[in-house]
Amino acid sequence: MTQVAQSGGSAAGLASAVAVKPRMRRRFNYQSVIGTMPMIATAVGVFIICIIFSIIWSFTNSKLFPNFNFIGLDQYVRLWRTDRWIISVQNVFVFGILSIGLGMVVGYLLAVFMDQRIKGEDLFRSIFLYPFAMSLVVTGLVWQWMFDPNLGIQEAVRQLGWTGFEFAPLVKSETALYGVVLGGLWNGVGVTMAIMLAGLRGVDAEIWKAAKIDGIPTWKTYLFIVLPMMRGAIATSFILQCTGVVRVFDIVIAMTQGGPGVSTQMPAIYVIQHITDRVNVGQGMAAATMMLVPVMALIGLQYFLQWRSNRKAGRA
Amino acid sequence: MTSEALSSRATGAVAATGPSGPKPNKLTLSRVGVYAFLILAALFFLMPLWVMVVTSLKGMPEIRQGHLFNWPSMLTFEPWLKAWDTACTGRDCNGLKPGFWNSVKITALSVPVSIVIAMINGYALSFWRYKGSEFLFGVLVFGAFVPYQVVIYPLIIGLSKVGLFATLPGIVVVHTIFGMPILTLLYRNFFTSLPVELFKAARVDGAGFWGIFFRIMLPMSVPITVVAVILQTTGIWNDFLFGTVFAGRENMPMTVQLNNIVTTTTGIREYNVNMAATILTAAVPLVVYFVSGKWFVRGIAAGAVKG
Amino acid sequence: MNKLVSVVAVMAAAFLGSTSARAADVEVIHWWTSGGEQAAVSVFAREFDALGGDKWVDTAIAGGENARSATLQRILGGDPPGAAQFNPGRQYEELIAGGLLLDLTDLATKENWAGFIRPASISEACLVDGKWWCVPVNIHSWNWAWASIPAFEKAGVALPTSFDEFLTSAPKLKEAGVIPFAIGGESWQISGAFGVLQTSMLGVEKRAKIMKDKDIELAKAEMPAVFTKWREFKQYSDEGSANRNWNDTTNLVVTDQAALQIMGDWARGEFGVAGEKPGVDYACLALPAAAPTVTTGGDIFLFPKQSDPAVEAAQLKMASMMVNPQVQALFNNAKGSMPIRDDVDMSLADDCMKRGLEIIGNDANVAVDAGRWLSNDTTGQMNDLAAQFWADDSMTVDDAVAKYVEILQNAD
Repeated sequence: MTQVAQSGGSAAGLASAVAVKPRMRRRFNYQSVIGTMPMIATAVGVFIICIIFSIIWSFTNSKLFPNFNFIGLDQYVRLWRTDRWIISVQNVFVFGILSIGLGMVVGYLLAVFMDQRIKGEDLFRSIFLYPFAMSLVVTGLVWQWMFDPNLGIQEAVRQLGWTGFEFAPLVKSETALYGVVLGGLWNGVGVTMAIMLAGLRGVDAEIWKAAKIDGIPTWKTYLFIVLPMMRGAIATSFILQCTGVVRVFDIVIAMTQGGPGVSTQMPAIYVIQHITDRVNVGQGMAAATMMLVPVMALIGLQYFLQWRSNRKAGRA
Repeated sequence: MTSEALSSRATGAVAATGPSGPKPNKLTLSRVGVYAFLILAALFFLMPLWVMVVTSLKGMPEIRQGHLFNWPSMLTFEPWLKAWDTACTGRDCNGLKPGFWNSVKITALSVPVSIVIAMINGYALSFWRYKGSEFLFGVLVFGAFVPYQVVIYPLIIGLSKVGLFATLPGIVVVHTIFGMPILTLLYRNFFTSLPVELFKAARVDGAGFWGIFFRIMLPMSVPITVVAVILQTTGIWNDFLFGTVFAGRENMPMTVQLNNIVTTTTGIREYNVNMAATILTAAVPLVVYFVSGKWFVRGIAAGAVKG
Repeated sequence: MNKLVSVVAVMAAAFLGSTSARAADVEVIHWWTSGGEQAAVSVFAREFDALGGDKWVDTAIAGGENARSATLQRILGGDPPGAAQFNPGRQYEELIAGGLLLDLTDLATKENWAGFIRPASISEACLVDGKWWCVPVNIHSWNWAWASIPAFEKAGVALPTSFDEFLTSAPKLKEAGVIPFAIGGESWQISGAFGVLQTSMLGVEKRAKIMKDKDIELAKAEMPAVFTKWREFKQYSDEGSANRNWNDTTNLVVTDQAALQIMGDWARGEFGVAGEKPGVDYACLALPAAAPTVTTGGDIFLFPKQSDPAVEAAQLKMASMMVNPQVQALFNNAKGSMPIRDDVDMSLADDCMKRGLEIIGNDANVAVDAGRWLSNDTTGQMNDLAAQFWADDSMTVDDAVAKYVEILQNAD
């Protein structure tokens, strides 16, 4: 317990862990390599090899089965001439920003409210989490019904007397994406809440004591002291949501099938349809490669920054 | 809110192992606010479930009339029985039940295997880094963004070469691979946020890689493991894509049957049976949430904060 | 029913003179999971099992895309199913080229498949370079419009004999409080209906010139009118149409809230379930009535190559069973589709089915499924275009035609 108090909570712990790293790396431990063999096999054997092949195939005219007839950049030229792809790319950015932003805010809010020594915490937590367990094929249908102008929320509210009420986002191309965001939020925000709550509960009680002694209001403590200390929880839920956004597929298929028209299409749907039903692996792989570019850039940037700071640290 | 919250803060800090918010010693405006917010949120979350439940208890003629939110005028449990027992999923008409045990088998094997492996990864990446370990981790995180279908082709070829294609171990391997990026990240972030002094003290006592892992890290990782169990159970239980391809005909999971019941392009849809089948399929993850949710709190009390 | 089965079984067994010693399990992947479909696939399974020895092992995976992907991936993984459902098209051409399918030519020659399978375009899907690679089992046509007779009566207009006529009476239908044109906003429904309109306006020959011979000039000349007319339809649809399932859409016609839906012949099942009678409650229209057409969609079965000779023998038996006239009668009556041969007892069929059989009897009425000529990739792009044009009013007819022509030019 004293050690914990000294290290001053997870944020400081994180900082000290980072500082210790260079020294530990030198103490090579073969047990560590053995322990992580599955990871090495997966990273190299599955992801690196798969990604290399995906990139190679994106320069071929592969149809049903991948081949090696290289056709240069043709697949990419076609990709960027396709309306549907361009709309998909725009959509995934809008969808991503909205759903991650809202997911984080709502997830943290729910976690904070859950943290207020409420009665029935188990019940509330299960209620917020249960959508995550439901098959999106059918819940997508339910959301479709609820957003249906003649069946759903709009009609129910109108029957209550508010006849001018309008709420049917999926019907129009311009608003359909927001409907999908809402459905996605319903499905996934419980997990964000759970991770945030785990993070909140991991915050040292000493912090609360100190904040109390300094007379800082609760909401300020949550926002300015506790939140920055939850970097791990935030990073985890952020990446989790990012992967969900990049791969977003099921919920769109279930709610809108990419419609009306092509207004809610997503890159992952494009990739998957071309690899499977449209029997154009080359085109699908080109789209997949494009999806990986921003991720690659981000990770590359992170490594560059880390490498530079390490070098600086080494010189000092 | 502030003054009220402050006054109760004093008692809140005492309980280091529980929720950190103020203690509910009296019903005040802010308490009402807290409950109002939670109840409103809960209503939003429950609305689709309500629609599903009432729909599953209606007959098809009533469903065709609309009235989505209404309680059934003629209550029937027929759809539930049908979904579990007699709904046709192709030629066989045994409902969801045959796939249930397959799903249990796949989930019961894949969840622990994938979690233990990821836990070791996260531990090694936090305390025992070696040359290239960070690079491997970067690749893993990168892998989390690859659409599954892109990786499927090479994986099929690879698994069939080692004779694991379309077998139970094969599907466990596949779930372990695809669960690894997120779970490793989860554990790495968790272990990294632990005080490094814990690790140092154990090193001084002469404990090695596995000793520290089993004696210190494993017991401490209960709260994050709950999150991992939630993620993995849901992901694996609801998986359809890998199940159809990698599990082999004998081990087809329940989702294949669920999908057979609910998906149809040109056939007739029985919405009530679809809803009942969906709720039934979700039952296992729901139970896991409810049970593990308790662990979530206890786990904190057991280890995370007190060390 | 079981007695009937055994008759067929005895016949088929005698015909094949099955002498192969070992019985085998044949796993069949298909996506027939709904009520009528399930009854239909059971006919095949029962008949096959009744042949003795061999067993039909059923692997149903709902959703054509899912089932086809599973089949392809299992072939790739070296664990191919014994038989697999596909749609007639070009999706499996690489399987043929790669030698991954069982050659059915000997069986087909012996039984003279080419002699009785009609129309010719159905065999073309399986007959590649003089060899048989698959078995067509039924025909589904898209070219139907389903009309609510009470809805038209309510508006005081006659049932249309062409789509032009329908558009003329649509305002009156709307005035009468009926949704004139019911459609679900899913892209396959939109592009399917668009295809029906296209065939109806162009006729079978011009359609073939555009889609088969890729006659760009003709496409430039004819397609603007099709797109223009298609947009006219939109103003007569209702606001709830986006994302609506096809059967919920059909339900609008069943309940007389909507007047007309363009949908394939499987829609008949929805009317049947609701207890509606053709000619009284609803009408199935092949438009224009003066020159009706059917498309030759439907289902086929592929038989991936197996290492076990016993399975191979069983595969051949299964293929033979599927084209057997009595099996065809049972199967297609259950499925609500048209049989692939003429000499089949379809007396149980309803009036709409009989009308379809009448139309398909004349080769000039047959609009070959576009999937025969164009790859899935190309038809997929056309579907996207039709859906986009429908949903996005800012896309002009000229834009749409230009895109259509571009897709056609790049078609492989």
